[in-house]
Amino acid sequence: MSLSDIDKLTEGASGFGVDVPEDPRPVGRRKSISRSGLVWQRLKATPRFWAGAGVLAALFLFATVGPLLSPYSITDQDVMAFNAAPTAAHWFGTDTLGHDILVQTMVGLQKSLVIGFVAGPLATALAAIIGSFAGYVGGATDKVISWFIDLMLVLPTFFILILLYPFFKGNWVVMMFFLAFTGWMIMAQVVRSQTRSLRERDFVKAARYMGFNAWSVVTRHVIPNVASLLIIDATLGVGAMILSETALSFFGFGVQPPDVSLGTLLENGQAAATTRSWLFLAPAGVLVILLLAINFVGDALRDAVDPTSGVNRG
Amino acid sequence: MIVYLLRRILNYAILTGVAASLAYVLASIGLKPVAALEAKRPPVPASVIQMKLDQLGANPDDPLIERTWVWFTNLFHGDLGMTVNNHHVTDQLAVRAGVSLQLLLIGSIVGAIVGVILGIWGAVAQYKASDQVVTFVSYLIFATPTFVLAILSMIVATRFNQAIGTQLIVFSGQVSADAPPDFWGNLADRLSHLFLPTLVLILIGAASYSRYQRNAMLDVLGADYIRTARSKGLTRGRALIRHGVRVALIPMSTFFAYSFGTLIAGATLLELVFSWHGMGEQAIQSIQAQDINSVAGATLFVAVLILCSSTLSEVLYAALDPRVRR
Repeated sequence: MSLSDIDKLTEGASGFGVDVPEDPRPVGRRKSISRSGLVWQRLKATPRFWAGAGVLAALFLFATVGPLLSPYSITDQDVMAFNAAPTAAHWFGTDTLGHDILVQTMVGLQKSLVIGFVAGPLATALAAIIGSFAGYVGGATDKVISWFIDLMLVLPTFFILILLYPFFKGNWVVMMFFLAFTGWMIMAQVVRSQTRSLRERDFVKAARYMGFNAWSVVTRHVIPNVASLLIIDATLGVGAMILSETALSFFGFGVQPPDVSLGTLLENGQAAATTRSWLFLAPAGVLVILLLAINFVGDALRDAVDPTSGVNRG
Repeated sequence: MIVYLLRRILNYAILTGVAASLAYVLASIGLKPVAALEAKRPPVPASVIQMKLDQLGANPDDPLIERTWVWFTNLFHGDLGMTVNNHHVTDQLAVRAGVSLQLLLIGSIVGAIVGVILGIWGAVAQYKASDQVVTFVSYLIFATPTFVLAILSMIVATRFNQAIGTQLIVFSGQVSADAPPDFWGNLADRLSHLFLPTLVLILIGAASYSRYQRNAMLDVLGADYIRTARSKGLTRGRALIRHGVRVALIPMSTFFAYSFGTLIAGATLLELVFSWHGMGEQAIQSIQAQDINSVAGATLFVAVLILCSSTLSEVLYAALDPRVRR
């Protein structure tokens, strides 16, 4: 029985034998609001959310529509302008081979966005499945999974990703999955402990005693109850994955030429950072703005879901 | 408490051993020392290659599980094997770890102190302009990857050096090749190398600590005992310091210990950018040199640091908060 059904039942009982007004929604009686509606209302009132979402949308357009509008492609070389500082023709300047940095940044951003927006939610999905399963089943299975999570947490992620490099060798799609496989552990721990307390709640017990199997109970009753946490984690995970991608590519263990990502652009720009700084500053600026926007949206979401959460209060 | 702690430590020791072995297996599959040896010019005879591989414990003719077992059991003798350049991995780790810690300690400690002060200030002056500025700047630093921040600082330092006309800030390596031999001259040279990486570490540390400290402090400011302290006649400053800050530091102390592990992982990238010869550089170089033992050793080292800091944070928490003790 949903909340609106309860509303219907109680509606007729509101008049104490007095004339009940015809209006089904008397004065002072507010329309009941769903949880997601409440979160959305709070979110709407947060300027930080709008700032982050607006910038994010602009960056999406920059990465997708931008290259179509640009007169250059990423392989075009302008022989009249090698190593040019930003001009009207090349807003972000050019590199040693005359590549237009603006279009390079757009295309690089495209790849970084794809990697972030696939790997981040993927890691969250893994965390949700593994964490809720361990917490729900309990017993020896839970012990084994928890121990495995601890093991993964001990391994330094960045080293492991570098060690995994020979297995993907510049294939960024495979790299995306590796990123997800090394980034789910902390959230899985959170989901697991939430599931353990949910397991003892009456509505979950009821579903279990009615004979639903573990999969149905987890997908229908456990996951929806941790959904808000998962949404936050997926949002912030996008930023974390983009960060990992750029760091890996920067040190030569990630995306490889001819593919371009923000990480490879930063690597190219690094050598000349102190002399021709536009090569470095253009991708770095875009990266910082992108991560800032993602963090803004993620924090606003967290505050909307849990107004008492201390992390970003004020 | 003691039994609980011992069990914890034993569990962690096993975890570390297994984790490092896992890294060894991964490195053994991914890295090809044979190819590196065969690619040497002038060519090395096949028998020498075989001998060398046996010495490294990386002969692909032996089953992987056997090689891993040998490496794992040697771990208990404190033997991490040889590097491809015929050094003991343990000796190399000791040198590299010294360099890394030299860089890390000052930066992380000063960063924590600056962060705590900024956090308290931000909480006391909540929503004032100073608080807003600190909050925004720490957001900005959060959103900047360590290596980007490092290179940005280099760009600024170069401009600064050009502006004043001398190389005051040097940012490549730990010490110049032509550093003056006398103690003070050498120290000054080292300090000018240390300045920029330490500054970056302080910025990163201060950005995250100030956020946490601000929240911890805000929780305390609303508490009844602060009002009590004020109403018994203490000045605002005294009430805040004696009753507020001391309580707000309790959750922070565990955060310090915990974040040290993550700081180390981030600092490996910093070392690489500033070309310090520390752990991060060793990890990357040994992967490029197809050196399995060095890679596994470096991973073990970082894993031990992560575990030490998380154990420390648990112990601190138990010591400061009696409710956790059993």
